[in-house]
Amino acid sequence: MSKIIASAAIKGAHKIANLADQNLNQAIQKFGNNQKIEFPNTAYYLPIIYSMLGIKVEKLSDMVTILDKVRNLLPEVPSPTLHVPYLGHVLDAGMATLFAEEIIEALKYLENPIPYTMTISPTSENIWLGAADDKIMRERGIEFVDGSAPGFAACVGACPDNKTAVKLARELQEKNLYIFLAGNNNGKSMSEQLKEEGVQLGWETRLIPFSKDIYGAIFALGFASRAALAFGGVEPGDFKRNLIYNKHRIFAFVLALGEVSDEWYATAAGAINYGFPVISYTDIPQILPTGVCLYEHVVSNIPFDNMVEKALEVRGLKIVKTHVDIPVAYASAFEGERIRKEDTYIEFNYTRTKELTFEFVTSKKIEEIEDGKIEVLGKDLDELSEMSKNSLGIVVEVAGARMQSDFEPILERQIHSFLNEAQGVFHMGQRNINWIRISKTAKDKGFLLSHIGTILLARIMGEYSSIVDKAQVKIITDKNIIEKYYKTAMDTYHHRDDRLKGLTDEAVDTFYTCTLCQSFAPDHICIVTPERSGLCGAYNWLDGKAAYEINPHGPNQPIPKGDIADPILGQWKGVNDAVYKGSHQKLERMNAYSIMEDPMTSCGCFECISAILPMANGIMIVDRDHLEMTPCGMKFSTLAGSIGGGQQVPGFVGHSKYYIGSKKFMLAEGGIFRVVWMPKKLKDDMKDILIARGKEDGIENLYEMIADETVATDEEAVMTYLEKTGHPALTMDPLM
Amino acid sequence: MSENISICPASLPMLDKAKNEGIETVFDRSKEMKTCPFGSVGTCCRNCAMGPCRVNVKGETEEEQEYGGKVGVCGATVGTIAARNFARMIAAGTAAHSDHGREVVQTFILAAKGETPGYEIKDEVKLKAVAKELGIDPQNKDKNKLAVEVGEKLLTDFGRQEGELTFIKRAPKKRQELWKKLGIIPRGIDREVVEIMHRTSIGVDQDYRSILHQGNRCSLADGYGGSMIATALQDIMFGTPIPLRSKVNLGVLKEDQVNIIVHGHEPLLSEMIVLASKDPDLLDFAGKNGAAGINISGICCTANEILMRHGIPVAGNFLQQELAIITGAVEAMIVDVQCVMQGLPRIAKCFHTEIITTSEKAKMPGTIHFEFHAHNALKIAKDIVKRAINNFSKRGKVNIPDESIDLIAGFSHETINYMLGGSFRASYRPLNDNIINGRIRGVVGVVGCNNPKTTHDFSHVTLVKELIKNDVLVVQTGCAAIACAKAGLLTPEAAKKYAGPGLAEVCETVGIPPVLHLGSCVDNSRILEACSAMVAEGGLGDDYSDLPVAGAAPEWMSEKAIAIGQYFVASGALVVFGVTFPATGSKGFSKYLFDEHEKITGGKWAFETDSIKMAHLMIDHINKKRVALGIDKKPQRVLYDMELRRELKF
Repeated sequence: MSKIIASAAIKGAHKIANLADQNLNQAIQKFGNNQKIEFPNTAYYLPIIYSMLGIKVEKLSDMVTILDKVRNLLPEVPSPTLHVPYLGHVLDAGMATLFAEEIIEALKYLENPIPYTMTISPTSENIWLGAADDKIMRERGIEFVDGSAPGFAACVGACPDNKTAVKLARELQEKNLYIFLAGNNNGKSMSEQLKEEGVQLGWETRLIPFSKDIYGAIFALGFASRAALAFGGVEPGDFKRNLIYNKHRIFAFVLALGEVSDEWYATAAGAINYGFPVISYTDIPQILPTGVCLYEHVVSNIPFDNMVEKALEVRGLKIVKTHVDIPVAYASAFEGERIRKEDTYIEFNYTRTKELTFEFVTSKKIEEIEDGKIEVLGKDLDELSEMSKNSLGIVVEVAGARMQSDFEPILERQIHSFLNEAQGVFHMGQRNINWIRISKTAKDKGFLLSHIGTILLARIMGEYSSIVDKAQVKIITDKNIIEKYYKTAMDTYHHRDDRLKGLTDEAVDTFYTCTLCQSFAPDHICIVTPERSGLCGAYNWLDGKAAYEINPHGPNQPIPKGDIADPILGQWKGVNDAVYKGSHQKLERMNAYSIMEDPMTSCGCFECISAILPMANGIMIVDRDHLEMTPCGMKFSTLAGSIGGGQQVPGFVGHSKYYIGSKKFMLAEGGIFRVVWMPKKLKDDMKDILIARGKEDGIENLYEMIADETVATDEEAVMTYLEKTGHPALTMDPLM
Repeated sequence: MSENISICPASLPMLDKAKNEGIETVFDRSKEMKTCPFGSVGTCCRNCAMGPCRVNVKGETEEEQEYGGKVGVCGATVGTIAARNFARMIAAGTAAHSDHGREVVQTFILAAKGETPGYEIKDEVKLKAVAKELGIDPQNKDKNKLAVEVGEKLLTDFGRQEGELTFIKRAPKKRQELWKKLGIIPRGIDREVVEIMHRTSIGVDQDYRSILHQGNRCSLADGYGGSMIATALQDIMFGTPIPLRSKVNLGVLKEDQVNIIVHGHEPLLSEMIVLASKDPDLLDFAGKNGAAGINISGICCTANEILMRHGIPVAGNFLQQELAIITGAVEAMIVDVQCVMQGLPRIAKCFHTEIITTSEKAKMPGTIHFEFHAHNALKIAKDIVKRAINNFSKRGKVNIPDESIDLIAGFSHETINYMLGGSFRASYRPLNDNIINGRIRGVVGVVGCNNPKTTHDFSHVTLVKELIKNDVLVVQTGCAAIACAKAGLLTPEAAKKYAGPGLAEVCETVGIPPVLHLGSCVDNSRILEACSAMVAEGGLGDDYSDLPVAGAAPEWMSEKAIAIGQYFVASGALVVFGVTFPATGSKGFSKYLFDEHEKITGGKWAFETDSIKMAHLMIDHINKKRVALGIDKKPQRVLYDMELRRELKF
């Protein structure tokens, strides 16, 4: 039966190639051959074309070359009898389709207005987001790396009715999958169905309305291709590795929701190249023998009730989930869900209500804890009136033979995501500046404050059972009781801050590796020290220590730092050994405190990149939120593209924001005084730290001396500014 | 009348015609021939003038034969004599393929130097790939210069005295190590052939194990030497085959056109004949002579070569060479080397057909000789075509059987790789996967000749049908492929009709016939390449001998078949031959081939004349390999969490 698919897909590919050709000719007539063309804010050009062919499409004339290649790839439609083998042809037609679709979609960015919002969530006028920029790709890509997003479902078309659309979306969200939406059936799309039902769309809720056209499927596949380049160290043009990377790492699949057109078949054939199978609601022919995908390629006639289950089975995807027994849905896809004020039943936050709130994890003796106990001290939600102002204390008490007080803040920091993953619960901040909202819908479904306890106990026992043997939760709304607990919490917060200040690289014997990203960047290894957190910003030394306790065979391994080889460069013998082993004998040494000499490698997850500005004799730092040009002549995305994948690139290094405030920041090159340029927003975020660090080393107004994009976007302007402010870098030893 | 002679629907009426007109064919001669009973079982030694010694083969056991039984005048035992004869067949087969290979390399070098108009370097991609295998960096090199380098390097394989053949590296690592340990890696192609001739002459190697040791080494010089070199360079020069449609059987001859049949083995001349047949002047000339065109078709491996690369129709296989002439429609049959019967000029005398010999190595009385040389190949080709056109008007009554059938051919190793994943995901993964999951039980190569001692084509077709019914994918070369093509097995439609459900489903997915045509007899080297690719793809063991595969030549007759069979046995495969087996006179030596040899290379010979039993012999062998691989049961579906995913390589 797959000949029918082959014929349809090849026909579809021809149609799409013709459309691309037509659109391109029109664009060339209107704008000329040299018109610049790009997806916004990406270093990967048209990412499928770039990753498969290694060709940078930068102007319209480049697209002409690509269309020639498309035509060369397009096979004839299989003859009714005595056909030649068509599987290879169909897959080629599929890839040609993706190239043509990428051209069609890129040309849309020349339209006025651009039909996409280019935001992370829909605007009031437009729900279609279009291509994800590199910032989104990197932020979200990490979730694919660490497994918090097990894969994505590319949903094509529309469900038979809105209710089914919502049910399907929720089911996929509950599996923590990203849901990429494109295409329509008779003018109706699943994205619109969800919007009509008031479902929050956008990257925060993992429901991404890419495009109403089927061509928008390339935004999903372009995301996948880029993940291989950014995290997998796959070279542009190395199509085979890119596709196998996707087959073996990005567990995605296609859900075909309606009548399957030739164009859909063609696009699906493109997806199958990535090892992403197709599960269809309608009764189309199946392709069951395995090989290109892990298991079946096309499975059809699957009712909506069974679709997600079937898709996981066909893709070979196992989703490990802790069951949380609460009356609302619970999954990480709901972590980014917002609750608008008018939808809020109640909120807890000192700034807004002037009533005390806090959250606190503390360890106790084992006999002091009744495992699994949830106490509500005061009124629960069903007794609190709508929008009334109340206190809320969340106290989690844990005990365990391997529990250490150092692990308390680690557990406490998890409260944020643990609570956020409940549908209808919003959480922000931490400690006593936390802010919680509970939606009217959640309340109507029977959500109670005690369920906060249910969530925390389930998640803590699920993920931290190796250090927590028993746990209980107190939810406090009674104003008379809360004071006592509040004070204890505040004292502990202060104590913890003091302890953290005393943690230096010299004070410990052991550092931790982080190889979490090695599945994606095979030769990269992070060395996490007290004064240099992991470059993603998510793992500090204490996290590494706790993670090792939790899973002794996991990606965080202790390394005795050994004899110090160089205190200024930050080089230790034990660390070198670990780097040599961890990089699979590619690197012999690593300096934790230097950008110029054997700097730390990067996976691709870095929060910031430092790069030298030779003329200014200093370094600039750019974080991934800054999308504009920087004085080194490269945007963040370009910089990221050139230093990721586990290589040492002297003069460039990826790191966390936290590391900027460390006393060991670029110690070998003279420390924080080397910093000559930062984006304004990052500079402002770090203002207190920059001022404090400047003062410690004898400069009062370091914050003002550092240039930002409001005064300089190229190196010369940086120079002018530095001279004006008398920046110390100008008189330091030459960097090179 | 002739059903027990042939099952070929075009051959039967021609045989009737021959009988009616009193024309003697190979079938008649075979029927009349009383074959030598000693020679048939391998125990006639005529390697010196003290004999020939026809050694009595009585004796129930090896001991009785070797130590008590009759021996040759020199004392050679029946085991020694059988092994000598067997080894000499290997040497002859290797020599044939390798001399073919040598011609190809020499022409290839001349073509690259621009000294042979008509020839060119067509497949640059394959040229570069082969260059890399040879350790030559193809970067920024002119294709012709690169080709000269490649050709000259491969040419040294023929005369090398020490070291290893270049393409030995194509075998799996483990296999290479085993060969190294056994000491059977060929040093130079010519040396191994010469050494067999030496070792088997009077009073030299007189231990059948030792003789076959050299037999193994020499056969590998065929598979990984002459044959593999021929295939590789022919692909580069004439284009690597891709799937294409064509037709087969005598019905491809055209009543209103000049019919030229090319027959033999090397594509060097036939490629030029094809080119010449498209020459506008010659087409014009044909028109002036009353012909509607020039129709080229092929017989034997020459047919397979130009079928694979140009889709030129196939007139028939080995046993049809005489029958083609009996149609009265053939203006010229152009022959080069190998499998060309001397019966041809005798039959041609009854018709207007001219037999044109072209090789300096292969001449026959009663034919016309146009000696072919690479430097003026196209001119010679044109002269020959012109002569054929001139002959058109001399035609008598024409009797072309209305029998031809469609086929798909063109399955090179590169095609298989491409067709399973396209340009971007090309690999053997889907093949391996579907073998592992049991849709495909295994792969069998059914190759070789026709032999008039058995019903023409019957064993091929019966065997292949039984195999595909049992979900075994069949790959074919040579006259075996033509036999099955004539039975309609080389069409995608055959999958639904004849294949088991698993194989049929895979065929439908990929769009292939259940029987794949890989080319001529030197192209058996493509089967070696495919097996290497299967091992490299993973999941089916780490050596050829782990693979669920086997090989067969149910209607063999040529010494070349023995050489091919031996290089597969040396490579660890089970190889089953039909018709007759030229070693069964010696209990010891045949036991060595049929049994003990498996302990040495993992491969062994078998002999079975019943096609269905032959199929099940191989199916049982494949099943055994599947058990050893642990893939005899349907695999459990593994669902991957993050931890498991990290174990998947990319």
